[in-house]
This record gives sequence, C-alpha cells and structure tokens, in this order.
Amino acid sequence: MAKIELSFYPGCSSQTGASSSNYLVSAQTMCEELDITLNEIPDWNCCGASIGYGGGGELPRLTLSARNIALSEEHNAGQEIVATCAACWLSTREAKERLAEDEQMFKDANTALAEGGLRYKGEVGVRHMVEVLIEDIGFDAIKEKVKKPLEGIKIAGYVGCQTNRPFGIAGESFENPQYLDKIVEAVGADSIPTYEKKVQCCGGALAFSEPEKSQEMIHGIIEAAYDNGADMIVTPCPLCQANVEIYQDQINETYGTKFDMPVVYYSTLMSVAFGRNAKDAALNGHIIKAKKLEEIANK
Amino acid sequence: MSTNSQKYRNSFLKEVEANVEEGEWVKMCMQCGVCAGSCPLGKHWDHPPQEIFMMIRAGKREEVLTSDSMWMCTSCYNCIARCPRGLPITHIMHGLATYAKRLGLAPKNQPTQGFSQLFWDNLMKKGRVNELKMGLSMYFKDGFAQGVKNAMANQKLGQNMMKAKRMNAMEIIGGHGVKNPGDLAKIIKKAQEIEDGNIQDFS
Repeated sequence: MAKIELSFYPGCSSQTGASSSNYLVSAQTMCEELDITLNEIPDWNCCGASIGYGGGGELPRLTLSARNIALSEEHNAGQEIVATCAACWLSTREAKERLAEDEQMFKDANTALAEGGLRYKGEVGVRHMVEVLIEDIGFDAIKEKVKKPLEGIKIAGYVGCQTNRPFGIAGESFENPQYLDKIVEAVGADSIPTYEKKVQCCGGALAFSEPEKSQEMIHGIIEAAYDNGADMIVTPCPLCQANVEIYQDQINETYGTKFDMPVVYYSTLMSVAFGRNAKDAALNGHIIKAKKLEEIANK
Repeated sequence: MSTNSQKYRNSFLKEVEANVEEGEWVKMCMQCGVCAGSCPLGKHWDHPPQEIFMMIRAGKREEVLTSDSMWMCTSCYNCIARCPRGLPITHIMHGLATYAKRLGLAPKNQPTQGFSQLFWDNLMKKGRVNELKMGLSMYFKDGFAQGVKNAMANQKLGQNMMKAKRMNAMEIIGGHGVKNPGDLAKIIKKAQEIEDGNIQDFS
C-alpha cells in the first residue's frame, strides 16, 4: 500500500477533553494501520461550523476557513487537506469554492488575512477522511488489513447530513449512499442497506437550542436502527455521533423507550478489526459501551 | 442590468439581491415546494423556503425579516441537494436570518439565534470552541436561577461526558486556542468591516 501524506485539520471537537476526542484517537489508530501520515495544520482555528453564521455573517465566516487553508498552503505545501469532522470539511470546502467563484470575495478575504500576515491561494484540495478511504485506499485494501473480522455484529450505517450534502462522496447518491455499508462489510460485520434513516438529520447544532425538536428526530434514527435489528450504529460525523448517543437517557424519559444503542465511528470499527486494542480504538470514550466491539478487542 | 428591469423589480427583492448572502438566486425559485417537503424541521416553520422566496418577490419585507422560520434551519443541506434549479437555499436562509439580525428585525427570543451568537463569541475568544463554556453559557443564558435548573437537568449527561473524557472541567480556566487570538481577531475584524461596508442602504 502506498504511503499517503495529508495536511490534517482535526477541528475543535476532536481536541483532548472535547466531545469527539475518541474520534481522533481511533482515526489516528486507523491511519497508522493504513500507512496514512497526518500532518496537523499548525495553529488551525475553528471553521465556524454551520451555526456560526448567526454571529459571523458571510465574509468573516469564510475568512476563518481561508486562514486554515492559507496556513496549510504555507506549512504543509503540496499536501491535500483532510478533515475527519463533517462540519470542518464542509466549511473549508465551501469557503474554497465560494472564494474561487467570487473574485471580489477572494480579494476581500485576502485583505482581511493580510492583517495577520497571511495569504490565501486556494489551490489545495479539501477532502473528508472517508474520501481518502474510498478513493485512495479502497474497500479491498481495507478488507485485506482485517485481522479480527467483526463477525456477527449487525451495524446500521448512519451517514447523516454534512458528510453527504451538499458535496457528498463521488459516485454516491445523496438519498441512498452505500459507502458506509461497504465499510461495514469490509470489516466483516453485517450491514443494513435498508436502514431508512441513514441520511436523516439529527438536528445538528439545534440539539442545543431546540432540544425537543431535535430529540424527536434522534428518536426516529435510533428506533429505526432497533427495527432493523441493529446491534450498533456507525457514523462518519462527530456531531451525529454525539447527538445520537448522549441524549438517549433523555429520549427514554420523554418517549418511554429503553434505548441503549451504541454509536461508533467507522474508525472505531476499523481500529478493532485491524487488531488494535480497546484503548487505541477509544472504546472507553463511549457513554453507551459498544460491548460487542470490546469483546473482540479484548480477545 | 438594464434600466427597464430595474424599474419593474420591487425594491425588497433588489435589497435581498444586494445585501443577502446568495440573494441573487431568490428570483430563480420556481415554487415547486420540494424544499418545504425536504426540510427536517419544516413542520415547525411558519413559512417554508419557497414561501419566503415568493414573499420576497411580493415585497413583504417585514413579514420575511421578522419571521423565525429561517432560524430553524439545521444546515442539513437537503434543500440544496434536491432543488431542481440548484438554488443554494441553506445559504439564502442563513443570509436572510443574519440580515434580519443586522437590521434588528429578527425575533428576539428565538433560541437558535441566541445560540449561534454564543457559539461565534465563544470561538472568537481563543480561536477554537470551548465546549464546556459554550454549554454553560447556553444553560445560563436566561439568568442564574434558570441556569442552575438547566445544569441540574443535564447533570447526568455532564457526568457521563466527563467519565468518557469527552468533557473537561479544566476548560473553564484554560482551554484550547490558537497561539495568538489577537491576530485572529484583527483578521476577522477586518473581514467584518469589509462586509459592513458592502451593505447598501435601502431604508
């Protein structure tokens, strides 16, 4: 397998002690096994996510991402940017496309960045980690790396919104993307191609500001996983992961359900299947323990 | 644009085209309603996107800008993915919401409006989001008593997150950030000034 080197944008939620720190640990483990080197963008800042629009408007928000791209172009020259967070990827790629389309916006962003001695070129590619897995590594190569197949585990592939729309993954449809199911199959588990909530919104940032409305949607996402006989849910998005996992107590109280559904990352599955231990797969970072993965990891 | 087309286009549509992010797309809406049917929170909106677009074209300035509908956008991008004419609807909704806020017309107690400002202020302090402070400021946004109540209601959630090492009490004093938040603030202040300067006066 060819060695891959990428300029890495980890994002706020991945930092130590933050809500998706377990995503970062498992993604790093996965990358070690796949011979992918992640060179962190020095001094990266928050992308503003989507919700930042209400405070930041258009140009300030785009400038945040332009700063990250400029830093990457300066310090990690010649390397494509990769993000593990859906919102980081979306914001960065959106900024790049908007600044490419709009000459005035490009100039304005550079005028702003000059205040910090930076210059934005916007010539570098911006990708999500799953694109690297699918396009550069491939499902067959993933399969070859498996030492402990996740046999007998039934996993609902919850793609969510922002890894899927508006950019999506090349060759996949917005309405019925298949790649997560293929990753599930590649690591030896059973996928659920008929999981009908695979691209349902979890509420995103509105899980904080409109919890009742969001939890109604999250309820549906978990209920459908149970109805399809899933043992756990897998997702590529840190906010989907958090929203679908951490409110299950509150949802149970509201709806009288007994949800206890683990929600893990594709990188969690791969870390375990590649033979790494529970700590490297960051299984300790889950509120609802993925017991079936723990059993395999501890074997 | 020719003088003729300027003459017949109502001034609110012109205002939206000039001042709202991606506002020049509003005229392209063909009123199919796919966005309304695709919006995950659509049932809570007084006016779904296609209705907002028609209202803009009908010159209903106050009704549009005081609406809380756009603030319920979850940024799921379903409307963008499905719009047959390729309107960047999510961005137009964000743009309308921030423009209404700029003019002081946005509904004051809309929770997502408050949260989005908290989020922005939080990230601008150190250049990266401090999740602990963000959560606490959300709990305490309606005063101390309500804050304690909210924090108690979410106590178990907080404990769970700390146990999983996905929340860190030490973030309250330190926290992650860029090396020089002052430099970042200068950059963003400049961007803000440029954006403010681009706003055309329609009053």
